[in-house]
Amino acid sequence: METPLIEFREVTKRFGEKTILDKVDLSIYENQITTIIGKSGSGKSVLIKHIIGLLSPDEGSILFRGRPVHEMTKKEWEGYRSQISYMFQNNALFDSMTVFENIALPLRQTTRLKKKEIDKKVMSRIEQMELTDAAKKYPAELSGGMQKRVALARALVTDPTIVLFDEPTTSQDPVRKNVILSMVAHYRKKFGFTAILISHDIPDVFFISDRILLLWEGKIAFHGNYEALAKLDHPMIDEFLRSIEGLRDELTGLLSKGVFRARYALVLGGGRVDTTSTAVLFSVHFDRLGDLLGPQGAIEVVKAFGEYVHTYFEPLGGFSARHRRGEVLTILPHIGIEEARQLVDDFAKGLREKALHEIETLARGKVGDETPFDISVSSGITDCRTTDNIEEIMAKAETNQKVIATCQCAKEVSAK
Amino acid sequence: MESTIQAGPFLSFFHYLGKRTLNAINHLGAAAIFFAMSFLKIFRPKQLREIIQQVFYIGAKSSNIVMLVGLFTGMVLGLQLFYTLNKFGSQGVLGSVVALTLIRELGPVLTAIMITARAGSAMTAEIGNLRMSEQIDALYTMRIDPQRYLISPRIAASIISFPLLTAFFDLVGILGGYITGVLLLGVDKGAYFYRIRAYVDMVDIRGGFIKSLVFAVLVSTLCCYHGYFTHLRTDSYGARSVSLSTTSAVVFACVTILISDYVVTSFLM
Repeated sequence: METPLIEFREVTKRFGEKTILDKVDLSIYENQITTIIGKSGSGKSVLIKHIIGLLSPDEGSILFRGRPVHEMTKKEWEGYRSQISYMFQNNALFDSMTVFENIALPLRQTTRLKKKEIDKKVMSRIEQMELTDAAKKYPAELSGGMQKRVALARALVTDPTIVLFDEPTTSQDPVRKNVILSMVAHYRKKFGFTAILISHDIPDVFFISDRILLLWEGKIAFHGNYEALAKLDHPMIDEFLRSIEGLRDELTGLLSKGVFRARYALVLGGGRVDTTSTAVLFSVHFDRLGDLLGPQGAIEVVKAFGEYVHTYFEPLGGFSARHRRGEVLTILPHIGIEEARQLVDDFAKGLREKALHEIETLARGKVGDETPFDISVSSGITDCRTTDNIEEIMAKAETNQKVIATCQCAKEVSAK
Repeated sequence: MESTIQAGPFLSFFHYLGKRTLNAINHLGAAAIFFAMSFLKIFRPKQLREIIQQVFYIGAKSSNIVMLVGLFTGMVLGLQLFYTLNKFGSQGVLGSVVALTLIRELGPVLTAIMITARAGSAMTAEIGNLRMSEQIDALYTMRIDPQRYLISPRIAASIISFPLLTAFFDLVGILGGYITGVLLLGVDKGAYFYRIRAYVDMVDIRGGFIKSLVFAVLVSTLCCYHGYFTHLRTDSYGARSVSLSTTSAVVFACVTILISDYVVTSFLM
């Protein structure tokens, strides 16, 4: 079994009478993006401040590559800390220093690099973050998104192997949130660091996360990937997801999962009335396009697809929600399976003739004219019995899935 | 188990007094350790640039106000002492009395108070603000020792600037005494300077500089300490905490200057 990069063993932290972390056990693995979610004030920031040594546990231990940090010598501890960077929630930029000086500070103060080398390294980060015009400006003169980029540049200038992001998308608008999250994912891929991220931005953050940890009442209530989190039938997860989801999924404009479940229960009578309904599970497959697009581009493609599903099925009484990465489940109440099949065929025809071209144009704008890529859409149709829960319906529909439209290399759109 | 004994007003007073005293001793110890650690870190690498920058802020930028106060202090001394000495027919010693008063006492004390008001308050406010906006934590996460980077240069710069500014204050003060005593009130010019040379010894000058060094350490330590631990205040938070820390730092520093002035003077006599 892989040794975790960072491990918490029964870590407890109290502030006065209040226990913030209560015997927390968790593992963080190398080269992954691990996202810590939890309600405000649940101790997420306290948890990651333990990793960098801003706080120390009252009980329990923190291990780095299997070695307890409290047993490290001063030299080992410095070596451990030199591998970690921390991006603060409020950026914590030095307001009396220019962007350049802010980014150069850790190099000037902790390395023996010559001025020329420091200037070169800082300018390279500034260019990578598209901050060239802002290099001589002060943080107060920049927009919130630019300040985030400066903070990220400062966090990455020392080439850390672990980067801690404390709510990097807080108080940003939805577009900027996606930009920041895709920036994190992009630079993680580019520079190859392990990212530990605190975020409230569900579901957006799941697009870039390899693992999710749910901190609940001082303990890690869940750890695993998003698929496992979404499938987990636990009142605590439901409550948590409901508490942070809006009425609509910001990403696709479709219903949020909480509202979708409520509407499903209402329409199908929660098992009390015998009604005929059909479910259609649509999946968008990017193949290598996912990598080319990056998380933000992929989000835009899914959004465009979600909008098309919504526009087509909503007038027919259908309702849809995105359940997994690139998967949309549509419920067609009071519509039999044969009628639904006909509707999906019509939908696929429209998709091939119009919508997929728009999606292709959108993707083409992201990856450039020369790069070949494939997008395919599959659908699986199944009947819904009133006793079925959503996960069972999705599992049944998944087994019936077949490709209904593909877009190959952006040269032609063909039906299969 | 909670005590069932009801504390009377007399007992409550001692309880309050004891608590405040213990608290004060606690802070005094913490401030002493804070100073010792910061002082040692002055000699770490990469400090020169920061120290020069702080000498500019604490020293050079305070020089105008210090000299202005020095000039008028000297002028007032010239007036008051001329009036007093005239009663004894000893106007001739005006120069030496003005110089000794300034060099031994008023120069170091007033300079320290002026720097506290100007640069000390700025130190507390700036460091407090850095603390509240997590910039000190940010330094720590970048492996930059905040005490080495923020506190040590300020203490070093104070140790350099206080005696220099005191010297300026003394010099300008003596000139102020000359303006009122010689130019306005007619004391003999030669007698004014001759008495200064005759009666001001190296011991007096050394004593004044020792005081200014003591004040430099006290003012810089207290002001930086208040700013650095702003977040631990229990009576306020945020911007209010910074403002209260700044006020406390200035008040504490001024009171400490006067108390320590008495103590140091006793040792120097």
